[in-house]
Amino acid sequence: MIRTKGLAYHYPGADSALQFPDVVVAQGAVLLLSGPSGCGKSTWLALAAGLVAPTAGTVEVAGQPLHALKSVAADAWRARAIGFLPQKLHLSAALTVQQNLAIAQWAAGQPEDADAIHTALQALGVAELAHRKPAQLSGGQAQRVALARAVLLQPQVILADEPTASLDDAAAADAVALLLTTARAQGATLVIATHDARVAQCIPPGSDGQTGFQPLRLVHKQLSNA
Amino acid sequence: MKTLYFAWRYLWARPLGAALNVLLLSLGLASITFLLLVGAQLSKAFDRDLAGIDVVVGAKGSPMQLILSGVLHIDVPPGNVPLKAVRELEKHPMVASIIPISLGDNLQGFRIVGTSHAYLAHYQATLAQGALWTRPMEVVVGATAARKLGLQLGNTFAGSHGLGAGGHAHGDSAYTVTGILAPSSSVLDRLILTDTASVWKVHEDFTALDDEDREVMEDEREITMALVRYKTPLAAMSFPRFVNTSTEMQAASPALEITRLLSMLGLGTEVMRAFAGVLLLTAGLSVFIALWSAVRERRADLALLRMLGAPPARVAALLLCEAVWLGVLAAVTGVLLGQAFTAALAWLLQLDNSLLIGGMVWPVQLWVVPCLALGVSLVSALLPTVSAYRVSVLELLQSR
Repeated sequence: MIRTKGLAYHYPGADSALQFPDVVVAQGAVLLLSGPSGCGKSTWLALAAGLVAPTAGTVEVAGQPLHALKSVAADAWRARAIGFLPQKLHLSAALTVQQNLAIAQWAAGQPEDADAIHTALQALGVAELAHRKPAQLSGGQAQRVALARAVLLQPQVILADEPTASLDDAAAADAVALLLTTARAQGATLVIATHDARVAQCIPPGSDGQTGFQPLRLVHKQLSNA
Repeated sequence: MKTLYFAWRYLWARPLGAALNVLLLSLGLASITFLLLVGAQLSKAFDRDLAGIDVVVGAKGSPMQLILSGVLHIDVPPGNVPLKAVRELEKHPMVASIIPISLGDNLQGFRIVGTSHAYLAHYQATLAQGALWTRPMEVVVGATAARKLGLQLGNTFAGSHGLGAGGHAHGDSAYTVTGILAPSSSVLDRLILTDTASVWKVHEDFTALDDEDREVMEDEREITMALVRYKTPLAAMSFPRFVNTSTEMQAASPALEITRLLSMLGLGTEVMRAFAGVLLLTAGLSVFIALWSAVRERRADLALLRMLGAPPARVAALLLCEAVWLGVLAAVTGVLLGQAFTAALAWLLQLDNSLLIGGMVWPVQLWVVPCLALGVSLVSALLPTVSAYRVSVLELLQSR
């Protein structure tokens, strides 16, 4: 679950602060964070991940009020609660697929768990690629590996940053479907930050016929003095 | 441990750059290792070989030459002194003991030294095989000399005139090996020792024209020098002056001459040390550039680690461990290279059986090298590490 109230962030040196609409996202739901480049999507993700403290307002993620966390505790909480799929994937070229997941466990301060890595890779259908280097993977395979890394520690929230950028229509649909399936399997809340209009079309409606996601559209006009 | 493991993987992701950095750092460290090894071993050799010798009395000339030739056996002596004059010195009230040294012949570059049993006792030499000489033309061979010359008990050989290989052989006067010394790590290891009378016999037999001539020669016998021990340290104030002003001989103090020698060598050592310092500085800069580039190239990777929950200190530690690896690899390579350079120098110098230095030793001073390696690496890594510590995840999120 994600809940924000009166959320604002003022970049040092900037004339004004970014202000964000209040939002409440239920556990297991999908939030589609959209808007043009520069509207504050990245900042919203950083606030939701506890990477920066809001200038005003509160953020509560997975039952944890983030303003109450000090930096070290915020790091530990983020390792447990947040899975992150960056736009550029950032799989380390120096490491194999297996090691790219192992370093996520190391980053979280956990001992290496080869079984968990295997399970995560297997769930995404890339277990046989464990000993390959990222350069030996196709774009789709690399995205699956990056997603396996994001969900390795079974987070309650998955933040996906522009997951369909540079993909053709079919690949974009596959990517969104993969995210939805994985988040559903984990029971995780999924936040997709994108300016790609195709993403909304790729998310199937819910069983009640309503849209399968909760929209949060950010616009440039959210700049105001703070 | 995992931090070290991942740091290792990141380091060797760019093998050429890593190898060149290790090599550059190693060369500086190898130079320092070489200087330390040679310095420590020379110092140890001087201390060991000069111990207990208060003054050396020999022919007038260069006092340093006298010490180098008579104590360390790495130079030719300035000349000989009359045996009678040395016997007079033995009666001097400040003299505790005198060890005669007579040089003149060699066997394949190993010096044949005419002396007394007191010379062996002075260095606390022990026999590995056989017995000490009991009459002229019997020899006891030092451990290194015996091994290199392949001499065994009962072997006979003729010495060659002069102190280097290549002189004419005294074919009529054969020496017999009666004993072989155990290794003592002293100058004795590379000497062939015999009674002083052997040296007289070889040369008198060689040059005497008839019995009358031999009698004259016996009356005018000489030795090359005498190693003198004082009865009291106060003798150092007056005995050398007495010898230098009242006799045709000179007295040289080993301590003074070696100090002078080391100060003369000091300039060369300083130049080499400065050169090694420049190499290390260059290597440090190279490590800095490599790590700085690594942080720039991997900024997003490092930011992702922060996003995955790594505290800033853990991200910084990853980079610091890369520097530690560079330092450890360079220290090992540098020490091995330095040992190899020293062993090569020792091999070259031992061709004329001179200085006692060698590789594969670890004097306590050598611990400076790994400390330097780690110090240079860590100092070079300081700014890149701070940069890694401060890496911003917002940059990662905004880098589209």
